[in-house]
Amino acid sequence: MTKSWRLWLPLAVFAAFLGFTAYQLQQPKDDTIASAMLGKPLPRFALRPAVDGLPGAAQTDFADGKPRLLNIWASWCLPCIAEAPQLKALQEQGVEIVGIAIRDRPEDVARFLAQHGNPYTRLGADDLSEVQFALGSSGVPETFVVDGNGVIRHQHIGDIRAGDVPKLLARLEEAR
Amino acid sequence: MSRLNRIWLLAAAALSLGAPLCAQQSLPPAPYAYRQLPDPAQERAAHELMQTLRCLTCQSQSIADSDAPMAGDMRHQVRTRIAAGEDPEAIRAWLIERYGDYVSYTPHVSATTWPLYAGPAVLALIAALLFRRRLARRA
Repeated sequence: MTKSWRLWLPLAVFAAFLGFTAYQLQQPKDDTIASAMLGKPLPRFALRPAVDGLPGAAQTDFADGKPRLLNIWASWCLPCIAEAPQLKALQEQGVEIVGIAIRDRPEDVARFLAQHGNPYTRLGADDLSEVQFALGSSGVPETFVVDGNGVIRHQHIGDIRAGDVPKLLARLEEAR
Repeated sequence: MSRLNRIWLLAAAALSLGAPLCAQQSLPPAPYAYRQLPDPAQERAAHELMQTLRCLTCQSQSIADSDAPMAGDMRHQVRTRIAAGEDPEAIRAWLIERYGDYVSYTPHVSATTWPLYAGPAVLALIAALLFRRRLARRA
Protein backbone atom coordinates (compact mmCIF):
# COMPACT_ATOMS: atom_id res chain seq x y z
CA MET A 1 0.00 0.00 0.00
CA THR A 2 2.75 2.45 0.93
CA LYS A 3 4.38 1.76 -2.41
CA SER A 4 1.34 2.94 -4.46
CA TRP A 5 1.20 6.12 -2.35
CA ARG A 6 4.79 6.88 -3.24
CA LEU A 7 4.05 6.31 -6.90
CA TRP A 8 1.67 9.29 -6.89
CA LEU A 9 4.11 11.61 -5.17
CA PRO A 10 5.77 13.05 -8.32
CA LEU A 11 2.34 13.80 -9.82
CA ALA A 12 1.29 15.54 -6.60
CA VAL A 13 4.47 17.67 -6.68
CA PHE A 14 3.79 18.53 -10.32
CA ALA A 15 0.15 19.45 -9.52
CA ALA A 16 1.33 21.68 -6.66
CA PHE A 17 3.75 23.38 -9.07
CA LEU A 18 0.93 23.94 -11.59
CA GLY A 19 -1.31 25.34 -8.86
CA PHE A 20 1.42 27.73 -7.69
CA THR A 21 2.03 28.91 -11.27
CA ALA A 22 -1.69 29.42 -11.91
CA TYR A 23 -1.98 31.42 -8.67
CA GLN A 24 1.00 33.62 -9.53
CA LEU A 25 -0.40 34.26 -13.02
CA GLN A 26 -3.61 35.58 -11.43
CA GLN A 27 -1.70 38.08 -9.28
CA PRO A 28 -1.71 41.68 -10.56
CA LYS A 29 1.63 42.65 -12.08
CA ASP A 30 3.61 45.26 -10.21
CA ASP A 31 5.45 47.42 -12.73
CA THR A 32 6.91 49.90 -10.30
CA ILE A 33 10.67 49.90 -9.86
CA ALA A 34 11.51 51.28 -6.44
CA SER A 35 14.69 53.27 -6.05
CA ALA A 36 17.40 51.55 -4.06
CA MET A 37 18.58 55.00 -2.88
CA LEU A 38 16.24 55.28 0.13
CA GLY A 39 18.21 56.09 3.26
CA LYS A 40 21.16 57.30 1.20
CA PRO A 41 22.26 60.90 0.65
CA LEU A 42 21.27 62.64 -2.58
CA PRO A 43 23.75 62.17 -5.42
CA ARG A 44 25.85 65.18 -6.36
CA PHE A 45 24.17 67.36 -8.96
CA ALA A 46 23.93 70.97 -10.08
CA LEU A 47 21.38 71.67 -12.80
CA ARG A 48 20.89 74.86 -14.78
CA PRO A 49 17.50 76.59 -14.40
CA ALA A 50 14.77 74.89 -16.43
CA VAL A 51 12.88 78.17 -16.97
CA ASP A 52 13.50 81.91 -16.73
CA GLY A 53 12.67 83.36 -13.32
CA LEU A 54 13.40 80.30 -11.17
CA PRO A 55 16.82 79.21 -9.91
CA GLY A 56 18.25 75.83 -10.92
CA ALA A 57 18.59 72.92 -8.52
CA ALA A 58 21.55 71.31 -6.74
CA GLN A 59 21.95 68.75 -3.98
CA THR A 60 23.51 71.50 -1.83
CA ASP A 61 20.04 73.16 -1.66
CA PHE A 62 18.93 70.30 0.61
CA ALA A 63 21.43 70.67 3.45
CA ASP A 64 19.89 73.48 5.53
CA GLY A 65 17.92 71.31 7.98
CA LYS A 66 14.54 71.70 6.28
CA PRO A 67 12.84 68.65 4.72
CA ARG A 68 11.71 69.15 1.13
CA LEU A 69 10.04 67.37 -1.75
CA LEU A 70 12.04 66.65 -4.87
CA ASN A 71 9.61 66.29 -7.76
CA ILE A 72 10.74 64.61 -10.99
CA TRP A 73 8.41 65.71 -13.80
CA ALA A 74 8.17 67.03 -17.35
CA SER A 75 5.90 69.35 -19.28
CA TRP A 76 5.29 66.53 -21.81
CA CYS A 77 4.12 64.13 -19.11
CA LEU A 78 0.34 63.76 -18.93
CA PRO A 79 0.01 62.43 -15.33
CA CYS A 80 2.03 65.50 -14.28
CA ILE A 81 -0.98 67.64 -15.26
CA ALA A 82 -3.18 65.57 -12.93
CA GLU A 83 -0.60 65.96 -10.19
CA ALA A 84 -0.26 69.77 -10.48
CA PRO A 85 -3.21 70.68 -8.17
CA GLN A 86 -1.89 68.34 -5.45
CA LEU A 87 1.58 69.91 -5.62
CA LYS A 88 -0.13 73.29 -5.31
CA ALA A 89 -2.03 72.03 -2.22
CA LEU A 90 1.25 70.82 -0.68
CA GLN A 91 2.87 74.19 -1.40
CA GLU A 92 -0.05 75.98 0.29
CA GLN A 93 0.62 73.84 3.39
CA GLY A 94 4.09 75.35 3.49
CA VAL A 95 6.00 72.53 1.77
CA GLU A 96 9.00 73.55 -0.29
CA ILE A 97 9.12 71.68 -3.58
CA VAL A 98 12.23 71.50 -5.75
CA GLY A 99 11.51 70.34 -9.29
CA ILE A 100 13.64 68.56 -11.86
CA ALA A 101 12.36 68.79 -15.43
CA ILE A 102 13.35 65.79 -17.55
CA ARG A 103 14.20 66.34 -21.23
CA ASP A 104 12.35 69.63 -21.41
CA ARG A 105 12.56 72.98 -23.19
CA PRO A 106 12.32 76.31 -21.28
CA GLU A 107 9.38 77.52 -23.41
CA ASP A 108 7.43 74.29 -22.80
CA VAL A 109 8.15 74.48 -19.06
CA ALA A 110 6.99 78.13 -18.98
CA ARG A 111 3.77 77.22 -20.80
CA PHE A 112 3.07 74.33 -18.40
CA LEU A 113 3.63 76.51 -15.32
CA ALA A 114 1.45 79.30 -16.72
CA GLN A 115 -1.33 76.83 -17.41
CA HIS A 116 -1.18 74.59 -14.33
CA GLY A 117 0.46 76.82 -11.71
CA ASN A 118 3.97 76.86 -10.26
CA PRO A 119 4.48 74.97 -6.99
CA TYR A 120 8.31 75.07 -7.25
CA THR A 121 10.90 77.24 -5.51
CA ARG A 122 13.66 75.82 -7.70
CA LEU A 123 13.55 74.04 -11.01
CA GLY A 124 16.53 72.30 -12.60
CA ALA A 125 16.76 70.98 -16.15
CA ASP A 126 17.93 67.38 -16.61
CA ASP A 127 18.35 67.15 -20.38
CA LEU A 128 20.05 63.73 -20.47
CA SER A 129 18.14 62.14 -17.54
CA GLU A 130 21.49 61.97 -15.70
CA VAL A 131 20.18 63.08 -12.31
CA GLN A 132 17.14 60.86 -12.77
CA PHE A 133 19.42 57.82 -13.19
CA ALA A 134 21.58 58.92 -10.25
CA LEU A 135 18.43 59.03 -8.09
CA GLY A 136 17.23 55.59 -9.18
CA SER A 137 14.07 57.14 -10.62
CA SER A 138 12.52 55.26 -13.52
CA GLY A 139 9.82 57.57 -14.83
CA VAL A 140 7.81 60.75 -14.50
CA PRO A 141 6.27 61.82 -12.22
CA GLU A 142 8.09 60.66 -9.13
CA THR A 143 8.50 62.49 -5.84
CA PHE A 144 11.19 62.03 -3.20
CA VAL A 145 10.97 63.16 0.42
CA VAL A 146 14.43 64.49 1.33
CA ASP A 147 15.29 65.33 4.94
CA GLY A 148 17.20 68.38 6.15
CA ASN A 149 20.54 66.60 5.83
CA GLY A 150 19.95 65.79 2.19
CA VAL A 151 19.13 62.11 2.82
CA ILE A 152 16.39 60.49 0.70
CA ARG A 153 13.65 59.25 3.05
CA HIS A 154 10.75 58.23 0.83
CA GLN A 155 9.84 57.76 -2.81
CA HIS A 156 6.38 58.26 -4.26
CA ILE A 157 6.05 56.64 -7.69
CA GLY A 158 3.45 58.00 -10.10
CA ASP A 159 1.25 61.07 -9.81
CA ILE A 160 0.28 62.39 -6.39
CA ARG A 161 -3.48 61.99 -5.84
CA ALA A 162 -5.53 63.98 -3.30
CA GLY A 163 -5.30 61.05 -0.86
CA ASP A 164 -1.50 61.05 -1.03
CA VAL A 165 -1.17 64.66 0.21
CA PRO A 166 -1.67 63.87 3.94
CA LYS A 167 0.67 60.85 3.61
CA LEU A 168 3.42 63.00 2.10
CA LEU A 169 2.88 65.65 4.80
CA ALA A 170 3.31 62.91 7.42
CA ARG A 171 6.51 61.69 5.72
CA LEU A 172 7.85 65.24 5.70
CA GLU A 173 7.00 65.56 9.41
CA GLU A 174 8.88 62.27 10.09
CA ALA A 175 11.87 63.61 8.18
CA ARG A 176 12.04 66.72 10.37
CA MET B 1 -13.68 43.31 -43.57
CA SER B 2 -11.08 40.64 -44.10
CA ARG B 3 -9.49 38.99 -41.13
CA LEU B 4 -6.07 40.38 -41.97
CA ASN B 5 -7.47 43.92 -42.09
CA ARG B 6 -9.03 43.45 -38.71
CA ILE B 7 -5.70 42.31 -37.28
CA TRP B 8 -4.01 45.40 -38.72
CA LEU B 9 -6.69 47.63 -37.20
CA LEU B 10 -6.25 45.97 -33.83
CA ALA B 11 -2.50 46.43 -34.06
CA ALA B 12 -2.94 50.11 -34.94
CA ALA B 13 -5.34 50.58 -32.02
CA ALA B 14 -2.90 48.90 -29.65
CA LEU B 15 -0.08 51.15 -30.88
CA SER B 16 -2.13 54.33 -30.46
CA LEU B 17 -3.06 53.24 -26.93
CA GLY B 18 0.61 52.95 -26.08
CA ALA B 19 1.47 56.36 -27.48
CA PRO B 20 0.48 58.55 -24.48
CA LEU B 21 2.89 56.57 -22.28
CA CYS B 22 5.82 57.80 -24.34
CA ALA B 23 4.25 61.21 -24.97
CA GLN B 24 5.77 63.72 -27.36
CA GLN B 25 9.13 64.99 -26.29
CA SER B 26 10.61 67.95 -28.02
CA LEU B 27 14.27 67.51 -27.09
CA PRO B 28 16.44 65.70 -29.64
CA PRO B 29 17.96 62.35 -28.59
CA ALA B 30 21.10 62.45 -26.44
CA PRO B 31 24.34 62.79 -28.48
CA TYR B 32 25.39 59.15 -28.00
CA ALA B 33 21.89 57.63 -27.98
CA TYR B 34 22.19 56.58 -31.62
CA ARG B 35 25.79 57.43 -32.45
CA GLN B 36 28.48 54.79 -32.03
CA LEU B 37 31.76 55.44 -30.31
CA PRO B 38 34.65 56.05 -32.75
CA ASP B 39 36.77 53.29 -31.16
CA PRO B 40 35.36 49.90 -32.31
CA ALA B 41 36.62 48.05 -29.22
CA GLN B 42 34.93 50.56 -26.90
CA GLU B 43 31.74 50.45 -28.95
CA ARG B 44 31.74 46.64 -28.72
CA ALA B 45 32.14 46.79 -24.93
CA ALA B 46 29.37 49.39 -24.69
CA HIS B 47 27.05 47.38 -26.90
CA GLU B 48 27.62 44.19 -24.92
CA LEU B 49 26.74 46.02 -21.72
CA MET B 50 23.70 47.75 -23.28
CA GLN B 51 22.28 44.39 -24.33
CA THR B 52 22.22 43.26 -20.72
CA LEU B 53 20.66 46.39 -19.21
CA ARG B 54 16.89 46.61 -18.89
CA CYS B 55 14.99 49.55 -20.32
CA LEU B 56 13.14 51.02 -17.33
CA THR B 57 10.16 52.43 -19.20
CA CYS B 58 9.59 49.47 -21.54
CA GLN B 59 10.78 46.73 -19.16
CA SER B 60 10.85 43.78 -21.54
CA GLN B 61 13.54 45.22 -23.80
CA SER B 62 17.19 45.92 -23.29
CA ILE B 63 18.31 49.53 -23.70
CA ALA B 64 20.10 48.42 -26.88
CA ASP B 65 16.72 47.44 -28.40
CA SER B 66 14.51 50.26 -27.15
CA ASP B 67 13.63 53.53 -28.85
CA ALA B 68 12.31 55.08 -25.62
CA PRO B 69 14.01 58.44 -24.93
CA MET B 70 15.01 57.23 -21.47
CA ALA B 71 16.76 54.20 -22.99
CA GLY B 72 18.54 56.60 -25.37
CA ASP B 73 19.74 58.65 -22.42
CA MET B 74 20.98 55.50 -20.73
CA ARG B 75 22.87 54.42 -23.88
CA HIS B 76 24.44 57.89 -23.93
CA GLN B 77 25.49 57.44 -20.34
CA VAL B 78 26.95 53.96 -20.98
CA ARG B 79 28.86 55.11 -24.08
CA THR B 80 30.29 58.29 -22.53
CA ARG B 81 31.38 56.41 -19.40
CA ILE B 82 33.07 53.68 -21.42
CA ALA B 83 34.72 56.32 -23.59
CA ALA B 84 36.02 57.85 -20.34
CA GLY B 85 37.64 54.50 -19.51
CA GLU B 86 35.15 53.14 -16.98
CA ASP B 87 34.83 49.37 -16.64
CA PRO B 88 31.48 47.98 -17.96
CA GLU B 89 30.90 46.00 -14.76
CA ALA B 90 31.45 49.16 -12.70
CA ILE B 91 28.69 50.86 -14.71
CA ARG B 92 26.41 47.89 -14.11
CA ALA B 93 27.18 48.01 -10.38
CA TRP B 94 26.41 51.76 -10.34
CA LEU B 95 22.99 51.10 -11.87
CA ILE B 96 22.22 48.14 -9.57
CA GLU B 97 23.07 50.39 -6.63
CA ARG B 98 20.23 52.66 -7.81
CA TYR B 99 17.62 50.33 -9.31
CA GLY B 100 18.38 46.97 -7.71
CA ASP B 101 19.09 43.72 -9.60
CA TYR B 102 16.07 44.48 -11.75
CA VAL B 103 18.02 46.73 -14.11
CA SER B 104 20.47 43.97 -15.10
CA TYR B 105 19.68 41.00 -17.32
CA THR B 106 22.68 39.01 -16.09
CA PRO B 107 21.75 37.59 -12.70
CA HIS B 108 24.32 37.26 -9.94
CA VAL B 109 24.07 35.26 -6.72
CA SER B 110 22.21 37.24 -4.05
CA ALA B 111 19.79 36.69 -1.17
CA THR B 112 16.89 36.23 -3.61
CA THR B 113 18.61 34.46 -6.53
CA TRP B 114 20.67 31.76 -4.73
CA PRO B 115 17.91 29.07 -5.14
CA LEU B 116 18.34 29.44 -8.92
CA TYR B 117 21.90 28.20 -8.54
CA ALA B 118 21.42 25.84 -5.58
CA GLY B 119 18.19 24.24 -6.94
CA PRO B 120 19.69 22.38 -9.93
CA ALA B 121 22.70 21.25 -7.85
CA VAL B 122 20.37 19.83 -5.17
CA LEU B 123 18.22 18.08 -7.80
CA ALA B 124 21.31 16.59 -9.47
CA LEU B 125 22.52 15.35 -6.09
CA ILE B 126 19.15 13.71 -5.32
CA ALA B 127 19.11 12.09 -8.79
CA ALA B 128 22.65 10.76 -8.29
CA LEU B 129 21.72 9.28 -4.90
CA LEU B 130 18.58 7.62 -6.31
CA PHE B 131 20.57 6.25 -9.24
CA ARG B 132 23.21 4.79 -6.92
CA ARG B 133 20.55 3.10 -4.81
CA ARG B 134 19.00 1.58 -7.92
CA LEU B 135 22.36 0.28 -9.08
CA ALA B 136 23.16 -1.11 -5.64
CA ARG B 137 19.82 -2.91 -5.55
CA ARG B 138 20.37 -4.50 -8.94
CA ALA B 139 23.87 -5.71 -8.11
